[in-house]
Amino acid sequence: MKVEQISIFIENKSGRLAEVTQVIGEAGVNIRALSLADTSDFGILRLIVDKTDHAKSVLKEHGFTVNKTEVVAAEVPDRPLGLHSILSILDSARINVEYMYAFVERCGQNAVIIFRFDNPDEAIEVLTRNGITILSGERVSNM
Amino acid sequence: MLWNDEFETLPREAIESLQLKRLQQVVRRVNATVPYYQEKFRQAKVSPEQIRTLDDLRRLPFTLKQDMRDNYPYGLFAVPLDQIVRIHASSGTTGKPTVVGYTRRDIETWAELMARSFVAAGAHRGDVIHNAYGYGLFTGGLGAHYGAEKLGASVIPISGGNTKRQVMIMKDFGSTVLTCTPSYSLFLAEAAAEEGIDMRQLKLRIGIFGAEPWSEAMRQEIEQKLNIKAIDIYGLSEILGPGVGIECIEAQHGLHIWEDHMIPEIINPETGEVLPVGETGELVITTITKEGIPMIRYRTRDITRLIPEPCICGRTHVRLARMSGRSDDMLIIRGVNVFPSQIESILVQIEGVEPHYQLIVDREENLDTLEIQVEVNERIFSDEVKVLQVISGRIGKEVKDLLGVTCKVRLVEPKSLARSEGKAQRVIDRRPK
Repeated sequence: MKVEQISIFIENKSGRLAEVTQVIGEAGVNIRALSLADTSDFGILRLIVDKTDHAKSVLKEHGFTVNKTEVVAAEVPDRPLGLHSILSILDSARINVEYMYAFVERCGQNAVIIFRFDNPDEAIEVLTRNGITILSGERVSNM
Repeated sequence: MLWNDEFETLPREAIESLQLKRLQQVVRRVNATVPYYQEKFRQAKVSPEQIRTLDDLRRLPFTLKQDMRDNYPYGLFAVPLDQIVRIHASSGTTGKPTVVGYTRRDIETWAELMARSFVAAGAHRGDVIHNAYGYGLFTGGLGAHYGAEKLGASVIPISGGNTKRQVMIMKDFGSTVLTCTPSYSLFLAEAAAEEGIDMRQLKLRIGIFGAEPWSEAMRQEIEQKLNIKAIDIYGLSEILGPGVGIECIEAQHGLHIWEDHMIPEIINPETGEVLPVGETGELVITTITKEGIPMIRYRTRDITRLIPEPCICGRTHVRLARMSGRSDDMLIIRGVNVFPSQIESILVQIEGVEPHYQLIVDREENLDTLEIQVEVNERIFSDEVKVLQVISGRIGKEVKDLLGVTCKVRLVEPKSLARSEGKAQRVIDRRPK
């Protein structure tokens, strides 16, 4: 029930982000979700796309440093305290979140939170046990 | 003014006969006491008896920095350790420093030559010498210190760092002579200005600057901003430390090298052949009085030429033109010697890091800066920022620990560093020449 995410190392230079989107766009890859972590020197672009392996290989061909990691996509009701309910479950189970980002489903009532955990299997187990819906990679890719 | 009237003005013939006598002695001594030299002389098929004139010096083999590393730490010492009273060291390319040892007489000679250097620079008894060279394994601090005491001046052993305090002490204690790297003098002047102190109004008369290359333009800037005479001093730990050569205040043109203790030669760095006097090449120095670690034809890698014309100051010792560069890739960053290969060996020891790097040396507010750009590959790349920051932090810390230079580490995209015809351009030096 894990979702594949690719991350790309990006120097802080103008136009670099646009090169990434151009490369994968021309390869027919569609972006489902993204987040950008930035520091004063570099950024890390994390993407969930519909064709992960294809996106990774075309980016590598264009000289980018890319890696693939597994993240967890959890569905929460799109209302106040929706996110909080998940975070308090994780907190009680003492599960540390490395980073997270969120998007809202196109026409549903739910939001999707992407989590990066050190130990995703344990987190999935805890969340499922507490009634949280975990989305499959296929489901996220086709949203 | 002279410190040692007799020796500083020896006629040419007297210098040369003294040099020959001392050269013959030192060659005999190292051949008898240092297995390294014994072996090198044997390989070069030369024996001490064959040194009959000063020209015979060129029959002797060169000594390289690598030879010192290969004989780390004490292999080139010519006396037992119980006669060594001081040990200094400079950083080495593979983490191992280059080690030098001084007998009590060597320390006295060094103080004598530094005292001569202070006088040549215009200092005298009664001066307050603000010695901002680093004290420690580096020869700068203690070398200048002993010379200043020998001169009878009042030394402030302030060492490096804590710039605001330096400015306060310089003002309150009435420092008249400043010894530090040329770039640090400008940094001090700016720090003073921030404190509302105009360095030009202080009692400072003379600055004696060395341990890094500088230019005539920088001299003019220093002289104007500090209202002092700026004097160039030359030295290297392998030969002595500071005090190998100094400009006289009368001419401020070329650095007198103390020929009663050293013999300079200029060679073609490619072929090793000795060049005619006046031609530019690599400086090679033989120490002829040193006991602890005599150096036979040590290749300094500094590029200069000899100025044989008599000097208006009256000293008869030949002058070296201002150093114009290096015959190797050594960088001098804030007075610290750094070889790109040292950085490379630090990088390759870190798991996953490849030796694709570039060093950017620049000068900001008169202080040298070093940025190390390292390419990020898949082995070290992570989707988590903190993982990359740990790697860059570790590189920075190891460089600081091993080389003593603070640097900024910037992670860059792979292949973004220029690769040129088989030989990567490792260094971009943007400092003003």
